[in-house]
Amino acid sequence: MLSTLAMSVPADSNWINFDVPALIQNFWSATFDGLTFGAIYALVALGYTLVYGVLNLINFAHSEVFIVGCYGVFFTLSFLGFGPSVPNLDFWSIVLNLVLALVVAMVASALTAFVVERVAYKPLRKRNAPRLVFLITAIGVSFSIQYLIFLWRGPNPEVALTMFRPTPIFDVFGTIIDSQQLVIVLAAVVMMVFTDQFISRSRTGRGIRAVAQDPDTATLMGVNKERIIITTFIIGGLLAGAAALFYVMRIPSGVQYSGGFVLGVKAFAAAVLGGIGNVRGALLGGLLLGLIGNYGQILLGSSQWTDVVAFVVLVLVLLVRPEGILGTSLGRSKA
Amino acid sequence: MSMVDGPTPLPGAKASQAAEDREAAKSGPGTSADAPRGGMFKSFGARWNALPRQQQWAWLTIVVVLAYLLPVINPPLISTEPGNNFALACFDMARFALIAVGLNVVIGYAGLLDLGYVAFFAVGSYTAAMLTSPDSTFLKIPYLWTVPVAMAVAMFFGVVLGVPTLRLRGDYLAIVTLGFGEIVRLLATLIPAMNGQVGFQNVGHPPGLEADGTPIFSNANGTPWYWLVLTVLIIVLLLAGNLERSRVGRAWIAIREDEDAAEIMGVPTFKYKVWAFAIGAGVGGLSGALFAGQVGFVNNQKFDVVTSILFVAAVVLGGAGNKVGAVLGGALVSYIPLRFTAIAEYKYLIFGVALVLIMIFRSQGLLPARQRLLAYGRLAYNRVAASGKGGTPPSGGAPGTATSTEAGA
Repeated sequence: MLSTLAMSVPADSNWINFDVPALIQNFWSATFDGLTFGAIYALVALGYTLVYGVLNLINFAHSEVFIVGCYGVFFTLSFLGFGPSVPNLDFWSIVLNLVLALVVAMVASALTAFVVERVAYKPLRKRNAPRLVFLITAIGVSFSIQYLIFLWRGPNPEVALTMFRPTPIFDVFGTIIDSQQLVIVLAAVVMMVFTDQFISRSRTGRGIRAVAQDPDTATLMGVNKERIIITTFIIGGLLAGAAALFYVMRIPSGVQYSGGFVLGVKAFAAAVLGGIGNVRGALLGGLLLGLIGNYGQILLGSSQWTDVVAFVVLVLVLLVRPEGILGTSLGRSKA
Repeated sequence: MSMVDGPTPLPGAKASQAAEDREAAKSGPGTSADAPRGGMFKSFGARWNALPRQQQWAWLTIVVVLAYLLPVINPPLISTEPGNNFALACFDMARFALIAVGLNVVIGYAGLLDLGYVAFFAVGSYTAAMLTSPDSTFLKIPYLWTVPVAMAVAMFFGVVLGVPTLRLRGDYLAIVTLGFGEIVRLLATLIPAMNGQVGFQNVGHPPGLEADGTPIFSNANGTPWYWLVLTVLIIVLLLAGNLERSRVGRAWIAIREDEDAAEIMGVPTFKYKVWAFAIGAGVGGLSGALFAGQVGFVNNQKFDVVTSILFVAAVVLGGAGNKVGAVLGGALVSYIPLRFTAIAEYKYLIFGVALVLIMIFRSQGLLPARQRLLAYGRLAYNRVAASGKGGTPPSGGAPGTATSTEAGA
């Protein structure tokens, strides 16, 4: 039936083509690929969700926090001698190098998030500025960082680095799952479970939830609000740094001054899809958006369609269920 | 008269009013209660409002005539030559000013952050291009007819985008419009009928020929285009001013100041938010159609999201909520890179940093909006301004009744 629908689109196909056979043929590989991208979206989405939960602010600069992490990965690996060709190293030294790059990226991203919070948002919070002022500042910061990178590195993407050759691990439904996909998904899920547990169990996590629920009461109960806010930004930055490593691993040619922007919008869409302010929602939303985007890309025939599809999903979610799939806010998730 | 019901001033309030008057009288005229916040721009605004209507009109006429003559005079220090043709620069400034006035309705009046305004501009441009360029397969209509069509199409997109998002909290609008700004560019690339980078050549222009047979509205000649856009700008300014002073404008300002309170007071906030968004989109489409006509060529390279942020910077720099400020901000954002070509490369960084600094240190912009007083209209504004300066209190004949109230109480 779908294919007849596709046939009814004007024959000269000047507008949009639906390539249903391609989707059916590549369904499983698209699924696994989508999950891989979804894991990356989810890590970035966590940064949006946490800050939104605590401050009720869309931190537009988070996409730049992420791209700074990508540059961290790029410079570390270039320094360690990685290049466009597959590195001639044994397994453990590759792991060691990647862990080093991961640490550098996480520190760089967390530092950026920290500086942005101190320089841009704190002065506004101190004088209780209206929401619009916060949003405009956030977009201004994002824009400034983006063009600082532009002036420094120029308009072109950096040289693509290859970290390791993806090797097939096992196959599911006749589709091979390679080591790269497995590493990304597993590492991302582990990090997200860790974050979830941190927020629901640790003392700091309790503080974050308290501030998200009611900042004034939390302050009266002895929670140091400022410290909680900084911690939230830093956690978001650390996760964005981790996402940066996986992103560079998956899309080596994506290290570019504007690279964070579109991914940022998609990650935010993922956060809204799962339920903004909800840590588990970010994971669910990220994976779902990765899948939907990838199916859409194959159905419509160009990788740029993922962005369009993600955006349409965002608008549809806002239209139908604005609180997202899981819906609960950070403050109200189980104690 | 009855002393029990009816809104008689409380004795305490009256006493404090009197104390305020004495205070104002002591410190002398010129230091009204709200004077110190704005610096020189504010005092300029206060002086302007103190002028009689006739003088305001006289000054305005002079300014408008000078604005029309700008490309003809080509003043030496202000001119952007030799780097850029001054008439075209004037066109660009007027275009930016028009965009800023449209965006000001969304950001400044209704307090909604639209980060994808370039998308409406693009929709307007593409509408004009696809209806006039020989490269498209659509039916062809005369250029001037495409202008209202472009506005209508842009407004349609504004409503389609606004209805799902505006029911929610304001920040969703920011991210949805940001996404939309990017999507329009992507769709222009991906959909074959939109011609991608090849674009549409020979977009139409208004009719009329010079004596030697060349069209008056040619791509290289900025002056007629500038005059056209300036005229459109003045019309839009007058309409926006009327809206601002009307019931709609008061509703927008109520929404901007406190949406919940406005809703409780019976303002249908959703309806007015959609209106603000759609009107803003319409003006965006209008400027897009004018731009497409002047440049004569539309492709997918002209509408990146960063331009949207430049538009926001124009509104915020000039002073969100102040239409004169928006004109000033729009003209400046366009003028500075054209005049100082050495820093043109850094314009995005400069305006990005300016955006943050303005928000932190002077969130009202260069020309601040007359926020609260505006809601009461010009009459009330003048009365308050007069009483603030130690003039006669507004209730000249009241003392007798007030005393009787006191005696009764």
